[in-house]
Amino acid sequence: MKFSESWLRSLVNPSGLDSDALAHALTMAGLEVEALESVAPPFERVVVGHVLTAEKHPQADRLKLLTVDAGQGAPLQIVCGAPNVTVGMKAPCALVGARLPGGLEIKAAKVRGIESSGMMCSEKELGLAETSDGLLVLAEDAPPGADLRAWLDLDDRLFTLKLTPNRADCLSIQGIAREVSAITGTPSEGIAVQAVAVAPLPQREVCVDEPGACPRYLGRSLRLQNPECATPDWMLRRLTRSGLRSRGLVVDVTNYVLLELGQPLHAFDESRLQGAIAVRWASPAETITLLNEQRVELEPDMLVIADQNGPVALAGVMGGLESAVTPQSRDVFLESAFFAPDAIAGRARRLSLSSDSSYRFERGVDFGATRQALERASFLLLSLCGGEAGPVVERTASLPARNPVLVRPARVRRVLGMELSDGTIRELLSRLGLEPETGPQGFQVTPPSFRFDLAIEPDFVEEVARLHGYDAIPAIPPTGALEFLAAPETRRHEDDLAQLLVAREYQEVVTYSFVDRDDEAALSPQPSQAALINPIATQYSVMRSTLAAGLINTLRFNVSRKQDRLKIFEIGRCFSRSATGYEQSKRVGGLLYGLRHPEQWAIGAEGVDFYDLKGDVEALLPQSGARFTAWADHPALHPGRASAVSLNGKQIGWIGELHPKLAAQYEFPKAPLLFELDLEPLLAKDLPHHRETSRFQPIRRDLAVLVPESVLAGDVLDALQAEAPTAVSELSLFDLYQGSGVPSGKKSLAFRIVMQDTERTLTEADLESCVAVLLKVLQSRFNAELR
Amino acid sequence: MDEALASLAAVEQPALLEETKARYLGKSGVLTERLKALGKLPPAERPAAGAEINRVKVVLEAAVQAQRERIAARQMESQLQAQALDVSLPGRGSGTGGLHPVTRTLQRIQTLFHSLGFDVADGPEIETDAYNFTALNIPENHPARAMHDTFYLDPTHVLRTHTSPMQVRYLEAHPPPVKVIVPGRVYRCDSDMTHTPMFHQVEGLWIDPAATFSSLKGVLIDFMRRFFEQDELKARFRPSFFPFTEPSAEMDIGCVICHGEGCRVCSHTGWLEVLGCGMVHPNVLTPLGIDSEAHVGFAFGLGVERLAMLRYGVNDLRMFFENDIRFLKQFR
Repeated sequence: MKFSESWLRSLVNPSGLDSDALAHALTMAGLEVEALESVAPPFERVVVGHVLTAEKHPQADRLKLLTVDAGQGAPLQIVCGAPNVTVGMKAPCALVGARLPGGLEIKAAKVRGIESSGMMCSEKELGLAETSDGLLVLAEDAPPGADLRAWLDLDDRLFTLKLTPNRADCLSIQGIAREVSAITGTPSEGIAVQAVAVAPLPQREVCVDEPGACPRYLGRSLRLQNPECATPDWMLRRLTRSGLRSRGLVVDVTNYVLLELGQPLHAFDESRLQGAIAVRWASPAETITLLNEQRVELEPDMLVIADQNGPVALAGVMGGLESAVTPQSRDVFLESAFFAPDAIAGRARRLSLSSDSSYRFERGVDFGATRQALERASFLLLSLCGGEAGPVVERTASLPARNPVLVRPARVRRVLGMELSDGTIRELLSRLGLEPETGPQGFQVTPPSFRFDLAIEPDFVEEVARLHGYDAIPAIPPTGALEFLAAPETRRHEDDLAQLLVAREYQEVVTYSFVDRDDEAALSPQPSQAALINPIATQYSVMRSTLAAGLINTLRFNVSRKQDRLKIFEIGRCFSRSATGYEQSKRVGGLLYGLRHPEQWAIGAEGVDFYDLKGDVEALLPQSGARFTAWADHPALHPGRASAVSLNGKQIGWIGELHPKLAAQYEFPKAPLLFELDLEPLLAKDLPHHRETSRFQPIRRDLAVLVPESVLAGDVLDALQAEAPTAVSELSLFDLYQGSGVPSGKKSLAFRIVMQDTERTLTEADLESCVAVLLKVLQSRFNAELR
Repeated sequence: MDEALASLAAVEQPALLEETKARYLGKSGVLTERLKALGKLPPAERPAAGAEINRVKVVLEAAVQAQRERIAARQMESQLQAQALDVSLPGRGSGTGGLHPVTRTLQRIQTLFHSLGFDVADGPEIETDAYNFTALNIPENHPARAMHDTFYLDPTHVLRTHTSPMQVRYLEAHPPPVKVIVPGRVYRCDSDMTHTPMFHQVEGLWIDPAATFSSLKGVLIDFMRRFFEQDELKARFRPSFFPFTEPSAEMDIGCVICHGEGCRVCSHTGWLEVLGCGMVHPNVLTPLGIDSEAHVGFAFGLGVERLAMLRYGVNDLRMFFENDIRFLKQFR
């Protein structure tokens, strides 16, 4: 809501408050002043000039020599180059000594040899417009010599309010004036509206078929004498300062009343209406072409104003083009109605429309002022262009209830947490124009017809707090019973996992949860079926089922910025459709690319490989229960370098190298490595439970065997672990070798076996029997030969 | 003896030292020979001569030992010198990674609220229309819905436009009193200089006999002061509108960049809008079977990116989601 300060001050003028203080008071009362601007930049000594004569400049074809009455006694001689200058016109005249915006100072000077004592000004030169193509033409009745700022009210300032949807009552000057009056305690004049004399014009029949959607409808016919006459300057000024353009007298007057009282009005060209007016829901397949020339297919929940031939307006939203008034329309049917917010809300948005009218009806228009607005517009029209007004047709059904609400001072104090006397509360409620009735429990107050946001006690608590001032409510640290928060030790937090990855040089990234459909299809084992109906762009059209797309695109972004090494991870939700709705559990995913270590003097420049990735993933997994099994048909991964990860028999994720085909497609010089795991299973943690540590010496034996190349090291380790005698305390693979000395088709595996007993020192016989057991496993299960 | 001491002191090699030692103290060394020759002396001279030999022997042995240690020390010294490293060379290996600035900020917010006893909850990002709007007193066609540019997955599922639906979900599972914050991603279909279609919020809910509008102010002002580590940080509350709180407020803090002098970040107002808050609306509590007469509470929702930008001087919101590694590394 944008408005002129001087218009507001004509209704309520808190004398102690200048513009800034008024803006602050509004902001702190919940009507946020988004902008406060001057109508015009500063300039001085510019007056109304009356062009008395205009001759050609003797030395210059494009210049004119004027004599101007600028109220300075003798006329001034001024050289002027404006194309639109004519004898008799009134235009701004900057006197000698004037300072114009941009710092120009006007001096008496010779222009092409002729003395010029002043300058005639355009809007641009006065900083009133970006461009202009001649002098600013002033009204004929402008008095020569009058200060231009005063004459055009250029010291006025423009307020722009950022109103919250609950404060529709402030979508008018009258509403804002009421509010300023409540905030500051300054009485407001109000707008006096008198009914115009009624002439015996024909009365159009009105039939409200849907009184629930349109509880009140008023209309009247007007016969205008001179509808083509110009809208007066004072009205135009107020309209333009609220951001509205002039559209002819009739529309200007309806817009003026809209701004003044907040009541949207609609003027039909009476001659275009046929038969009775009906207010009804649209019928199937009905269409209308609106004022903005948009052709709309109406839906059955859209309320229309119709005549006998069909819809003539989309009720409360916009009129029809066909029945619109033109500057020539002498016979006008003027509508002032109250449409229920529910009957209007959302319709304009659905049609990608917005209008001042729908904006207000959706939020709630004062149903107590419907007639006042109609009379006000009638009065303005008749007084501006002459004519006569017919009788008012009124159809009123059941208007929104305004039930009295009990406001208990004790409750106000409880909610606000401060002392506030009953008397103060009563006084604050009275400032809103309410008339609190004192009862045994508190005050009975009835919300006014213009407030749609006051229905229950907390609404009035807010009003009391607001008028008292939120800043005047103390800020008190709360007190209460102290209780420890739970601290489960058998659960890690996702932050712990993040920290673990950070310690391993991973940088966290945060990528959008919606991704490109093609990336999703290329990278996910189960591409997402969760698509957005209204994505912001095609590359953000489906909800991700894997973190891979975000990671890959982050790599792509950074590779294109000459980064050749990246270790990144993300923890976030992934999505999929399920029978009951949507799965949306968190996953942790990472990407590894480039050198294992930053290039440096002490380490060779080796690239990362699968086992770097696996080592990092193992660090995330619980100490036992995890298994890695080859996964050849993951769509995004190299079939020979991919593994499913399972925990306690359940698959929780995967790791692997990006498929070379995809690496090429994404234009990566090297293939990145990726992992992804469900987060939840990683968060479980065992409570440590102490086992006795042995006092006896551990003894190590190494066992190197040749096995067929196809044997998986993990299978061998699993088998050894399973069969190992209890004396074996540690078992690990410490060497893998293929090459000279090892027959082709074979590989050498070397195991470190540490044996220890908690009760005694192991004998040579014990050791040998342990090793023999393990060797037998190797020989019988894996066809191993001792090296 | 002096000759022996001098020759011992001159020895530098361990082997030579042992040789020199043998020359005097060995089986056929000078002293041993003298000891053997003792018998040839007249008996009266023997004790004195023997004592003298022993004295010399002790001196020489000590000298040998001292020389041995000197040699060892010298050897150690030269070995150490040879082993000296250029300690100025960079250390081997990789550094550490880092958290995303948004996570870092979220953790900071959580740490502060945790210290006041707030539980931390997590909720779904694909939310039903009912939780995202209706349960929060935003019926269909309510103008407040237009304030939320909503992403739809189907007619009844949306990407949550705020973390507020978790107020309802949390209350369904935990009857009052409750004290909880809910950090998380939220979505609005809006993208320009100052909006990204995804961002983060932290929702807070405190329903407790101690919850009042003045304690709401107390908690939030204190939080902001701790967060920015500015004990004198100014704050103000303005009336605002959220369908799920009444009274509702918008909180501004004094500009943490210019401290009220006026700068681009605060649009020369000296104030920064940082969060929305208010007292929980009965229309949220009543459908959950919670008696709003008995239970008073407050709720708030703050924008994480906004706080991160102010805290770390980030001037472009979109940087957070570009994930330029050079940007992210600055937050390690």
